[in-house]
Amino acid sequence: MTSRLPLLLRRIPLPLALLAFAAFPFAASDYLLDVAYFFGIYTLLGLSLNVVLGEVGLYDLGHAGFYAIGAYATAILNTQLHIPVLILLPVSFIAAGLFAFIVTSPIIHLRGDYLCIVTIGMGEIVRLALINNPLGLTGGPNGVYGIDTPTLGFLSIDTSFGYYWLVWIVVGIAVIALRRLQRSRIGRAWNYIREDETAAQTSGVNVRNHKLLAFVVGAGLAGAAGCLYASKLLVVSPESFTFWESCLMFSIVLIGGMGSVPGVIIGAAAVTLFPEVFRTFASYRMVFFGVAMILMMMFRPGGLWPRRRGGAEARDLLERLWRRRA
Amino acid sequence: MRSPSDSSRVESRRGDVVVQTAALTKVFGGLTAVDRLDFQVHRGEIAALIGPNGAGKTTVFNVVTGIYRPEAGSVLFQGRDITGWKAHRIVREGVARTFQNIRLFPNLTCLENVMAGMHCRTSAGVAAALLRTPKLLREEREIRAAAESRLAQVGLAGSADELARNIPYGRQRMLEVARALASGPHLLVLDEPSSGLNPRETEDLMSFIKAVIRDEHLTVLLIEHDMRVVMGISDWVTVMDGGRKIAEGPPARIYHDPVVIEAYLGGRK
Repeated sequence: MTSRLPLLLRRIPLPLALLAFAAFPFAASDYLLDVAYFFGIYTLLGLSLNVVLGEVGLYDLGHAGFYAIGAYATAILNTQLHIPVLILLPVSFIAAGLFAFIVTSPIIHLRGDYLCIVTIGMGEIVRLALINNPLGLTGGPNGVYGIDTPTLGFLSIDTSFGYYWLVWIVVGIAVIALRRLQRSRIGRAWNYIREDETAAQTSGVNVRNHKLLAFVVGAGLAGAAGCLYASKLLVVSPESFTFWESCLMFSIVLIGGMGSVPGVIIGAAAVTLFPEVFRTFASYRMVFFGVAMILMMMFRPGGLWPRRRGGAEARDLLERLWRRRA
Repeated sequence: MRSPSDSSRVESRRGDVVVQTAALTKVFGGLTAVDRLDFQVHRGEIAALIGPNGAGKTTVFNVVTGIYRPEAGSVLFQGRDITGWKAHRIVREGVARTFQNIRLFPNLTCLENVMAGMHCRTSAGVAAALLRTPKLLREEREIRAAAESRLAQVGLAGSADELARNIPYGRQRMLEVARALASGPHLLVLDEPSSGLNPRETEDLMSFIKAVIRDEHLTVLLIEHDMRVVMGISDWVTVMDGGRKIAEGPPARIYHDPVVIEAYLGGRK
């Protein structure tokens, strides 16, 4: 009993991580800040797919489609109607969520692989539609350019430093919102469906509505990520929303551990920081990535930081170290 | 085969009708799994549905609990036509069930499993969850308290935080019953509750069910293969074969019914 880790020490990891995140931009170069920006975008994308894939267990390999809807909503509304980018952040969320509601309503009853195939199709249709320049709005293969930088009153976000804060504040809000959903009857209902759809149904869960809700929330977050992406690059084009992007999001959730928020952050770090670190072997990146994925599936099929166990494992480790010291 | 003693049957089934099926029919491809079935369950009784393998018993359960839609016929529950309703609505109406091959949420804790039963009795939405409104917090406390007391009722209070897949089979069965009870049903539908249990566990389960019926004014409909269980616990037995009802009555009479014996043992040529 005396060797129990003091409460202070058990609670340390989270504040420590937050402190590191807050201190980082003051010390880092613009290059590192830009890497951190995309780390943030992919964290948001990972969180968004995690709602659908991790919480409810629905195979969605077309998530880049929702990402694209959010990015194009921002790009078009900003360049045509000059609506400020930050106002378009919630608008992109709603646009992508609404789009998800419309396209997934007829396919939501499909199970497993069948749903997966249809979502792949959905993602590709979005991309091809953008290339075909419907109503002259999307600019075809060239995309839309000339997007404004985000402004907040008299404060204009146009440095890497500002963008860093923008994306990570949005990630922070998303994490809090998702944790709250996780800890409510809605989050539990999602997990019941993932564990056993029939049992969920016969326990009184409206499976269809909860699946649709997950898609809407997940797509909305991807749409918000799209808005942030557009506001940083100032140009969007269809080639940024290929099937590969969907695969990357899928890997983030699998690497981190399905249904685990810290897992998603680790997964996003793996897919965004890893290529930067190995930039010199650029052409072998995919080989490393493939090998890493295979090793993961062999030795850590639950992900690097699985739901529940992850936190407990880290604490156990700390506790063992503490005991040895004492 | 209507004997004079049949007149006493009316008296032996007191209480209003809880479930009534009329000409219920379910077809899979060319196979008629349930064929124009009429049967009733009265309030407060333990009704058993028996029959040889493939008789259509589980299909009847799946139709009554909303997993399948019937091709024809109707299901009335407490006077309300629930034919073709979605399963989750039927649960809210007051029908809870268990499965032959236990269907839990394996990677969730026992407590979370039981909390599932409370889902249809609570209503907090997305906004309430995001804002953590007082109503939501109160509801969450109620869900937890109710689930904890259900767990204690089936003797699993100590396993609340264990994952459902890690507890022994007999306890998983009790956990599934606790989850069903948590939805506050009027009718409990049990698909072969004794399968996979040893005689001791079966006995415990049966006396538990009897106690629950008495204390909570429930009605039970069960499928059972173990004849000793059927004879010992049920007030009324319906026998199916080939999708049809071939006999019904109090267990003592069913036990000696030549039609039933033939269905089970095969006809003597």
